[in-house]
Amino acid sequence: MANIPGELKYSKEHEWVKVDGGRAVIGITDYAQDSLGDIVFVELPNVGDTFEAGDTLGVVESVKAASDIYTPLSGKVVEINRELEDSPEVINEDPYEKGWMVVLELSDPSQVENLLSKEEYEQFLEENA
Amino acid sequence: MDNLKRTPLYNVHKELNAKMVEFGGWEMPVQYEGIIKEHKAVRERAGLFDVSHMGELLLEGPGALDVLQRLVTNDISKIDIGRAVYTPMVKEDGGTLDDLLIYNLGADRYLLVVNASNKDKDLNWLKDHLSGKVNVADKSEDYALLALQGPLAQQVLQKITSLDLKAIKYYHFTMGVVAGIPCLVSRTGYTGEDGFELYCHPEEAEKLWQAVLTTGKEDGVVPAGLGARDTLRFEACLPLYGNELSEEINPLMAGLGWTVKFNKGDFIGKEALAEIKDAGVSHKLVGLKMVERGIPRTGYPVEFNGQEVGWVTTGSYAPTLNANLALAYVKPGYAEEGTELEIVIRGKGLKAAVVPKPFYKRQK
Repeated sequence: MANIPGELKYSKEHEWVKVDGGRAVIGITDYAQDSLGDIVFVELPNVGDTFEAGDTLGVVESVKAASDIYTPLSGKVVEINRELEDSPEVINEDPYEKGWMVVLELSDPSQVENLLSKEEYEQFLEENA
Repeated sequence: MDNLKRTPLYNVHKELNAKMVEFGGWEMPVQYEGIIKEHKAVRERAGLFDVSHMGELLLEGPGALDVLQRLVTNDISKIDIGRAVYTPMVKEDGGTLDDLLIYNLGADRYLLVVNASNKDKDLNWLKDHLSGKVNVADKSEDYALLALQGPLAQQVLQKITSLDLKAIKYYHFTMGVVAGIPCLVSRTGYTGEDGFELYCHPEEAEKLWQAVLTTGKEDGVVPAGLGARDTLRFEACLPLYGNELSEEINPLMAGLGWTVKFNKGDFIGKEALAEIKDAGVSHKLVGLKMVERGIPRTGYPVEFNGQEVGWVTTGSYAPTLNANLALAYVKPGYAEEGTELEIVIRGKGLKAAVVPKPFYKRQK
């Protein structure tokens, strides 16, 4: 069973979000990393890039395939996890902590209300996975 | 996963929590613990694969050799009883119908092991080109196929058979008993490692699987899925039908000239292949190594200074070599080692260099 921490928010595209004031840390969920398998490549945006909710934020690639990462929130990239470029397997090992991908400065913090809670994401996985 | 065929080991894979995927009309295990772990286990120790999806066709009758010689490009008269040979089978225009393994069982009987996705096509093609008293029959339901691959394969298998395995040379086989089960034991594989392929009755497959894994446990033998099989064969630059080979691709393009024997007599496609050989191939299969960051994937365009010169047939992160590599068809002028090309990944041309094949070759 996938690990789904209670203090985070989730998207239906299997990203997790940790909201901290006007900023949000984004990564992919334990379910996502497990479905992808061994992650061997990560492409992250540049600091300063701006995105609308639903845009492609980056790409993670497993041995078998490439998958887009979508941002569930609008905002500007203020930090990226450069460590992932050399050690993408960290996402498999620790998706919620060391495997974080980007920090966004939110342009519309009200969008956070559209995200799923732990319980809602759990239910979504049960119905769709 | 509806309407997919299942191997006799389906329940075993489920119990091992394998991730199952569709492959060639079959529901197959793509991985158990992880593709990279399984890949490395095969390179360093040994891995056990269920490849029972492969098709087995039995061609037999007086004159079987002559029929086969006309149907495939390699010289089947060169293989005595107890030997196997790899060969393409091509159409009149030289395009590849399939690539297969042929076992000489003796007494005018040959076992053809074909790709699952091509089995019905192959069977029809063979039936349309039979002559005399030669027959072909689909025996796929009669065989399960397990592959034990890796440097420890012989050592592990020897513990459960009285056959002298070291006497079975590469691309030779023998009939014998393994773990109490009658098998065709063949020293062949699709990983670039030493290893054996074991053909047995489907009802015995589970017993054989468990016997090999139990015996191999102390040596670190693990079950391995189709994911690792693909990365292993890719590093060894063994072609995969559908990627490096197709009806639009002839064996000369694929670098399989060594399997096309023009001096053996007439065969289907000979004329077309001879013309292609004289005129030169339209594309050559090359190895590429990424210079810039990115992973090439099947179908990505290959360019030189922004001009398209080819396409990627297989691309992957290569676990043994820790590099992002590709097999690609490129126009002959761009095939020389060291040539710098671009692979178009998500709209961007990223630098890659032509490198020697195979990417990986085991130490003998």
